Amino acid sequence: MEIRVEKIRKEFDLYPALHDVSLDIKSGELIALLGPSGSGKTTLLRLIAGLEQPTQGRIFFGNEDASYKSVRERNVGFVFQHYALFRHMTVAENVAFGLTVRPKAQRPPKAEIRRRALELLDMVQLSGLEKRFPNQLSGGQRQRVALARAMAIEPKVLLLDEPFGALDAKVRKELRRWLREFHDRTGHTTVFVTHDQEEALELADRVVVMSQGKIEQVGSSDDVYDRPNSPFVFSFIGESANLPVTVEGGAVFFHGAPTGLSAQRDGAARLFFRPQDVSLADEGPGFTGPVTASRRLAGTRIAEVELGSSEEPCHVEIEVPLDAAASNGSVLSFRPTRWKLFY
Amino acid sequence: MISARSAARWHWKNPSVIPGFGLTLGFTLAYLTLIILIPLAALGWRSAALGWFDFFRLITDARTLGALKVSFSTALIAAVVNVVFGVITAWVLVRYDFPGRRIVDAIVDLPFAIPTAVAGIALTALYAPNGLIGSFLTPLGIKVAYTPLGIVIALIAIGLPFVVRTVQPVMQEISKEVEEAAASLGANRFQTIFRVILPGLVPAILTGFALALARGIGEYGSVIFIAGNIPFVSEIAPLLIVIRLEEFDYGSATAIATIMLIISFLMLLLINVIQAWSRRRFGYEQ
Ligand SMILES: Nc1ncnc2c1ncn2[C@@H]1O[C@H](COP(=O)(O)OP(=O)(O)OP(=O)(O)O)[C@@H](O)[C@H]1O
Ligand SMILES: [Mg+2]
Repeated sequence: MEIRVEKIRKEFDLYPALHDVSLDIKSGELIALLGPSGSGKTTLLRLIAGLEQPTQGRIFFGNEDASYKSVRERNVGFVFQHYALFRHMTVAENVAFGLTVRPKAQRPPKAEIRRRALELLDMVQLSGLEKRFPNQLSGGQRQRVALARAMAIEPKVLLLDEPFGALDAKVRKELRRWLREFHDRTGHTTVFVTHDQEEALELADRVVVMSQGKIEQVGSSDDVYDRPNSPFVFSFIGESANLPVTVEGGAVFFHGAPTGLSAQRDGAARLFFRPQDVSLADEGPGFTGPVTASRRLAGTRIAEVELGSSEEPCHVEIEVPLDAAASNGSVLSFRPTRWKLFY
Repeated sequence: MISARSAARWHWKNPSVIPGFGLTLGFTLAYLTLIILIPLAALGWRSAALGWFDFFRLITDARTLGALKVSFSTALIAAVVNVVFGVITAWVLVRYDFPGRRIVDAIVDLPFAIPTAVAGIALTALYAPNGLIGSFLTPLGIKVAYTPLGIVIALIAIGLPFVVRTVQPVMQEISKEVEEAAASLGANRFQTIFRVILPGLVPAILTGFALALARGIGEYGSVIFIAGNIPFVSEIAPLLIVIRLEEFDYGSATAIATIMLIISFLMLLLINVIQAWSRRRFGYEQ
């Protein structure tokens, strides 16, 4: 099922939580909504589900305008951040709920409902726990019950709000891999919200980076990491450093000194680069400054270098080879090898 | 699960990290003994002095039986009505934000605060045949004041806060997400309310019901004004006790009090058992 979000605007009491957001999701895709807290991820997901109504704009499921359909009519599987399991029902009853509330004409017979529930529990690897109540399960198990429950109605689209948010790092990793396999096996169009970039980059076919109610960039992990299209994306995803520079006559200057970098457009700009995308330069133009701190990070060393004037120093972190002389106070000179300017 | 639990050796309580179990239990028992058990024991001792034969004769007295029937049936009806309207009131207070919500919230507690006699007199004035509401009901042939219906209305007014205040916090806790989850799974409003929300509230509703019922059975002040106190029709057992006391018929008074106590205790015990079952059934206990 393709989903098309068209110029959606959502206001809560006149405060816009989303401004003119448009997004095309292909059938069978696994999409991550990534962004800082309050950027509107949950709001967008709830709008797709039909749990909120847009102030403006439309949402299409396939070719059908679903904007004003209720959540019941949209047939989406929604997994809530805090699972929202029915605590007075057993695990099996929770999973079967979506089938048991169907109108009589469409409701499968009891034995069939039970068989389907057990099959789903088997799929989420919870066989044998069907008689338990939700509060007798661990967080990861509850999460999978919530997923099985959402799957029971055979949704066209699966929407997950921070599905692993409340779990510890190890379980998270396991479930992450499991969700990817699950998605590949079932072929649902899946959208999940996360503020963990590692999760988004590792798991998703495409990542939607959001900030302040807008979509900043949509692209594959490689796109958003290697070719960020805005200062926000550059600094939000992965480690990065940025410095104020000016471009004059095609050359980039930092605090009046040439940096050895060149650019097309003149003017004031910010230079972004990643700590690992630098090379140490002993001679020639570059960025030079004293090392103010250095720490060992697995196979490399991270050095914090102070640049600019002493009145307004800029600190950047760069990766240096282990054998480089980068003790505190020693002076380092480097040049970014991959970088980007934002005017 | 249950068999495994009962197979485990019984002991006082799961070991707890909170100290002071012995001290607080001791205090609780001493306290309950002083303010509840000793007066009740005195009552039991007094009625035991009557002997079985006299006791039985006194409680099967026609007027006594009539009063007991009025007391328990009106309290039961009022408690049931309160469950329905109390749950609706709690729902409105929890779920909707409207101008004056806080005021309505405060009004719910008023029956706790005003002297019951005042409530009784006010209700009588309203429902008397020439009262504000009564004058509209009389042409319809509905008599409220001086009938059991009047008693029920007084008990409803007195018992409402018990249901609202026990259900409200639990309802608050049931997150909006649970309702949304039900809707996303295809449940309609009706199914969401009756299969998801209300079952989760059953233990709290039972508690509210038990409190309203107990209060209704023992209620005196607000009832005697509106009831008219016609023997066999609208005379409640607590009033009969007072009448017997005024006649210096202590034996009768004691017997009525004791049988009320026994019936009330059995009813509350039954509610407690149902509640324990429902708490387990509805997954509130590990
Ligand atoms: N029901 C609501 N009423 C008013 N404002 C709301 C409501 N829901 C969300 N908002 C506001 O809309 C903005 C976006 O919220 P949203 O929940 O979508 O953020 P999010 O990206 O999911 O954040 P988080 O990572 O913290 O979950 C926030 O500023 C929030 O305060
Ligand atoms: Mg959120």
